[in-house]
Amino acid sequence: MKNKTALLFLIAALYVLILGTLFGLLASLQYSLPDFLKELIPLNKMRPLHTTTVISWIILSATGSIYFYISKVEHLSLFSFKLQKVHLGIFMLTGIAIYVSLVFGKMEGREYLAFTPILTIPILLGWFLFGINYFKTIRKHVVNWPIYFWMWGTGIVFIIYHLCEAYLWLIPSFRTHFIKDTIVQWKSYGSFVGSWNMLVYGIAIYVMSKIKNDVSLARGKKVFFFYFLGLSNLMLGWAHHTYFVPTLPWIRYLSYGVSMTEWILLIHIIYSWKKSLTKKEKQDNSMAYKFLMAADFWVFINLIIALLISIPAINLFTHGTHITVAHSMGTTIGINTSILLASLFFIVSKVKGEVIMFQKLKKVYYVFNSSLLVFFSVLLFAGAKKANWMFFEKNTSFSMMQDSLYLTYIAFFVFGLVLATSITILAITLLKVLHKAYKKEATSTL
Amino acid sequence: MQQTKSKYNIIIIVVLISIFCMYNVVIYTSKECAAPIKLTTKALEGQKIWQNNNCWSCHQIYGLGGYLGPDLTNVFSNPNKGENYIKAFLNSGVKSMPKFNFSEAEKEALVAFLQQIDSTGYYPNKEAIIKPNGWVEILYKDEK
Ligand code: HEC
Repeated sequence: MKNKTALLFLIAALYVLILGTLFGLLASLQYSLPDFLKELIPLNKMRPLHTTTVISWIILSATGSIYFYISKVEHLSLFSFKLQKVHLGIFMLTGIAIYVSLVFGKMEGREYLAFTPILTIPILLGWFLFGINYFKTIRKHVVNWPIYFWMWGTGIVFIIYHLCEAYLWLIPSFRTHFIKDTIVQWKSYGSFVGSWNMLVYGIAIYVMSKIKNDVSLARGKKVFFFYFLGLSNLMLGWAHHTYFVPTLPWIRYLSYGVSMTEWILLIHIIYSWKKSLTKKEKQDNSMAYKFLMAADFWVFINLIIALLISIPAINLFTHGTHITVAHSMGTTIGINTSILLASLFFIVSKVKGEVIMFQKLKKVYYVFNSSLLVFFSVLLFAGAKKANWMFFEKNTSFSMMQDSLYLTYIAFFVFGLVLATSITILAITLLKVLHKAYKKEATSTL
Repeated sequence: MQQTKSKYNIIIIVVLISIFCMYNVVIYTSKECAAPIKLTTKALEGQKIWQNNNCWSCHQIYGLGGYLGPDLTNVFSNPNKGENYIKAFLNSGVKSMPKFNFSEAEKEALVAFLQQIDSTGYYPNKEAIIKPNGWVEILYKDEK
């Protein structure tokens, strides 16, 4: 069955990825050269452009992947191709409107959603259409859902909920109560990320089970246990962002407790890794598989950091520093982007009819991972310096502390540049195949 | 067999979502416990200016925001800073901070916003007490 629209989602996602990393580079430049192009590209413009664009990469590629799997890998007949097209159209038009809003400085929104709030209405509409299409298709054709169908469904529903929650500040009774407002705002962001992770982790399990040709990976008590654990964390474990906002202690305490259940996940990862050492796994040499392996590595690293900074005694020092940025970039690039690239390599293999081998892009792959590792470490270092300044240096001003990080910020930019280059090469490689596939579908009548 | 498994999953999800709903209701309707404030009209005006100019992309409040500039939670009550200091910064364009063109009324509004935030608590919470179980008891503003 043809599905040009799914391909268009993915093509758009890759362009957005290239654009988003470019914005990121320009934004990071402000740290080492505060006066450079300050009028043209001030951080208060570049930062929203960067975050909105890279979040769009995650959303578009995840959505496109799911549409693609359903229609072209599972061969389910989509409830409505028209709705899918409308969904794409809405997202593209809203995307353009968002850029207009950001470029012309019409930014009445808040952090992460800086654009004019009204544009969230079409975004929500797009998600509703996706939800309708998804649930109608799956309910009709699939009994006894494997885990990824649960995860995608959950992701869609919770994204809609938390996107609405992020706008509760529009109601005066929220906005005037500053502390509650702050708490609710960060609750929605934390859980919004948890919701897109449902989409992305579902994709990881899906691609792995297809590569290994082993559906049992997506069934069984254990995977469902971890799904429910993840869901509880999505709903209740967000408050490590706001441990030090003076709100009710029980909200902070509950979140601490819930976050700590993730140790189970860490222990499980170590346990299965040890077990796999004794068992010779069949190695797969596709790019898709390698990126899933990279994501595994990044899950491990980031989970340790996340668990540590969820302990209030540690969070007290790391909060409000670049350690938080290391955590957010480490997860969105290391985990989310790796998984989504794996998904794209898998999809590209499907449309091309041959697997993209690791050998072909080995160097880029290693550059991507190693530059990310340095980038991540630089952020941790900068964060540690700032924490030390906040709590222990009495006579140093903010700008002195920033100046002392000059070389660190240069390294941040340089490794960011290397990372962005590797991402761009990967994106262009994928784009070439997808463009060809799109043309072929457009001209064939089948 | 497979049908019952699906049923269990649905039951668990329904239970979790019910907990989630109750939790949300409590959070949305809760009263802040410490130094409750209601932003005045002027402070709300300041909040709007804060949002429209993306001050949050460089500054933090309670450590939340961007890291190119300093945290502003307690800039108002800082003995070396305060109202005039804040106003002086706004239209000066120091370092990476853009040169804004605020009117006196807009500056006043921003100051009112920062003043009322300041009255809600401390950040960084330097007098917080670390407990052996990893918990941190923070100092609330009305405790002193
Ligand atoms: C592009 C980044 C950026 C934006 C946007 C920005 N600032 Fe700043 N701001 C800075 C930097 C950097 C400093 C510190 C300058 C220094 O001390 O060298 C600063 C300092 C300040 C200070 C003095 C803080 C202190 O403790 O010394 C205040 C007050 C302030 N900014 C308010 C604002 C307000 C209000 C807005 C929004 C209208 C805003 N800033 C937007 C970067 C920014």
